[in-house]
Amino acid sequence: MHAGDALQLARAQFGLNIGFHILFPSITIGLAWLLVYFRARYAASGDPAWLATYRRWTRIFALTFAMGVVTGIVMSFQFGTNWPGFMNHVGNVAGPLLAYEVLTAFFLEATFLGVMLFGMNRVPGWVHLSASVLVALGTTLSAFWILALNSWMQTPAGVAYRPDGALIAGDWLEVIFNPSFPYRFAHMLLASGLTAAFVVAGLSAWRLLKVSADAAAARTLRTGIAIAALLAPLQIFAGDQHGLNTLEHQPAKIAAIEAIWHGGKGVPLELFAIPNEKTRHNDWALSIPGGASLILRHDPDGELQGLDDFGADVPPVAPVFFAFRIMVGLGFAMLALAWFGAWMTRRGVAAPRWLLWTFAGATFIGWVATLAGWIVTEMGRQPWLVTGILRTDDAVGAISGAELGASLTGYVATYALMLLAYIVVLTHLAGEGDGGGA
Amino acid sequence: MSLDLPAVFTALMGIAILAYTVLDGYDLGVGMLMPAGSAEEQSLMVASIGPFWDANETWLVLGVGLLLVAFPLAHGVILGALYLPVAAMLIGLMLRGVAFEFRVKALGWHRELWNWLFWFGSFLASLAQGFMLGRTITGYESGFGFWVFSLVVAGGLCGGYMLLGATWLILRTEGALQRKAIGWARWGLAWVALGVALVSLATPLASETVRMKWFDFPRTLWLMALPLATVGAGAWVWHNLGRSDWKPFAGTVAIFALAFAGLAYSLFPYLVMDRLTIWQAAADPSALRFVLVGALVVLPFIVAYTAFSYRVFRGKARAGLYEH
Repeated sequence: MHAGDALQLARAQFGLNIGFHILFPSITIGLAWLLVYFRARYAASGDPAWLATYRRWTRIFALTFAMGVVTGIVMSFQFGTNWPGFMNHVGNVAGPLLAYEVLTAFFLEATFLGVMLFGMNRVPGWVHLSASVLVALGTTLSAFWILALNSWMQTPAGVAYRPDGALIAGDWLEVIFNPSFPYRFAHMLLASGLTAAFVVAGLSAWRLLKVSADAAAARTLRTGIAIAALLAPLQIFAGDQHGLNTLEHQPAKIAAIEAIWHGGKGVPLELFAIPNEKTRHNDWALSIPGGASLILRHDPDGELQGLDDFGADVPPVAPVFFAFRIMVGLGFAMLALAWFGAWMTRRGVAAPRWLLWTFAGATFIGWVATLAGWIVTEMGRQPWLVTGILRTDDAVGAISGAELGASLTGYVATYALMLLAYIVVLTHLAGEGDGGGA
Repeated sequence: MSLDLPAVFTALMGIAILAYTVLDGYDLGVGMLMPAGSAEEQSLMVASIGPFWDANETWLVLGVGLLLVAFPLAHGVILGALYLPVAAMLIGLMLRGVAFEFRVKALGWHRELWNWLFWFGSFLASLAQGFMLGRTITGYESGFGFWVFSLVVAGGLCGGYMLLGATWLILRTEGALQRKAIGWARWGLAWVALGVALVSLATPLASETVRMKWFDFPRTLWLMALPLATVGAGAWVWHNLGRSDWKPFAGTVAIFALAFAGLAYSLFPYLVMDRLTIWQAAADPSALRFVLVGALVVLPFIVAYTAFSYRVFRGKARAGLYEH
């Protein structure tokens, strides 16, 4: 067993867990606020159809939330089991950010979720509505802290060093509001909003395919489409701004994203290519001359650094390059789909069956885009765990390959079972019941 | 006056771990008792813990979070040494957690599968936690005797959780299920008595440090208050089974608190037995102060809204509560 294999196994295990985990918060952060909207519409109108809608989506939320909670607990342990060097080196900064997430977000959302799910007949309406708001606030706060930490790892700021060399926080506000944080936070919240919007639209479409006369499902389909139509352009703008921020702070990641091997002026945009690490060249490239310079410098002759300029400290190019194209491609696909859907269902026109099938098929489109985005940003950060401060291979633990392999097998089997059950139950929940408005 | 921050965080972490053990302990105990109930009773049993389990489990995250924040140097050592039982516990907790949702939403044999996984997850997590406790007491030493010791602790903790679960059901249910729970509690109490006795006898044998701390006259005489109080609490629980709804649960919590105090006394000031003390493993004071301020501000709110939640869901569990 080589040390490198243990590193790859540790990364595979952590990547699997974090990639599986993010699927669920990416729905619940957005869906929680949508539930507040449904609950508030019911409070304002007293219309039982809004209550039924709220209840239906609360059940889906509860299931998704539970998936997020249990996989999140795994993460809190794997920081220590897989990356002991992480806490040894930067624990003085990373630890408190995680502690604040637990203290301000986890207890809040977990406790009020109980009130939200089971307390409707036990507390006054305004308390129940407040519980929904607090759950939504908890999910967003949770994203705030974990993205503050992730952003700090990408673009560390506010650090100081003790006389003995240990890294500590010099200024907590600078740590939290580090250079990439506002962009990443906005980008992730919008991603969650879009993911949730497509889940709502997709499962509503699924229901309409089974029970065509369901007025509530027709309404949530339109709600999902409207939110997606609103958020998709915002997300494209936020993503562009995030990219410019990355260019400023992590230029090597941008060079990998655009597969720019050699820097210079007037760098082309590779619409498609197969980056070749051996020849340091792009095969089968379909390029727009000056395109990358235009996007990143807003000038077709603008100068960009290439991978050559960073020596050995560069991420693997091909996965970052392809994941970025998948993310952006799906982003524009979501925009097109949402606007087209909004136009097709304008003024309350019922969606034709083929459009319902399209939205049902796109239910989890946000998942794929979100995962691709996380691959871009996390693999693009390599070989650093904390940019300029700690390398990934310096943080890996001394867990034996056998232990890693055994636990990895257990995790893979558990996740496969959970994901399968989740999707089966989700489609079942969306389709169950008669057309009585529920 | 300068504050001994590592000691403060040890206390906070201790509170979090004790809170987790008692709170999720009754959830896990109810989960392990599931096969003993009929289908309708199973629904009631789940309903009695449904609104609470998620927040209860959060205490575990707080406990491990405080370990990570306050003692980053111990975090990696402990979790590295406990790698496989931690993985087993996490898989157990995952299955248990999602089974809450799946067992009411799945149909046919899927529902049966999730009922079974609910039991299996609860059992696996409890066993793993007890095993981790045993490994921690013995400083992660390897050797046949140490593994057997850890398995005995694991069995003891499972019994303790089942006692908590059974007494929780006595508190939260009525009628036939409550009568059944009284029977379970008698078995659980006998099991716990055996487990506590075995662990109390074996621990001084397994660890010289523990032996020195407990068998040092005249301090030993004072320390005997702990086992005596534990026996008293056990007798009180036994006496009140069938007589009171709340006293058996309260007495069981007291047993857990006393056992926890004994363990804390045995281990302190070590995080890794005989190797790493809380002061050696502590994070920088700047980090500890930053978290302490937050904890002091936020913890009262957590306690307040947890109390609010228990108030909202006071009284006996009813069927269908979990069918949200």
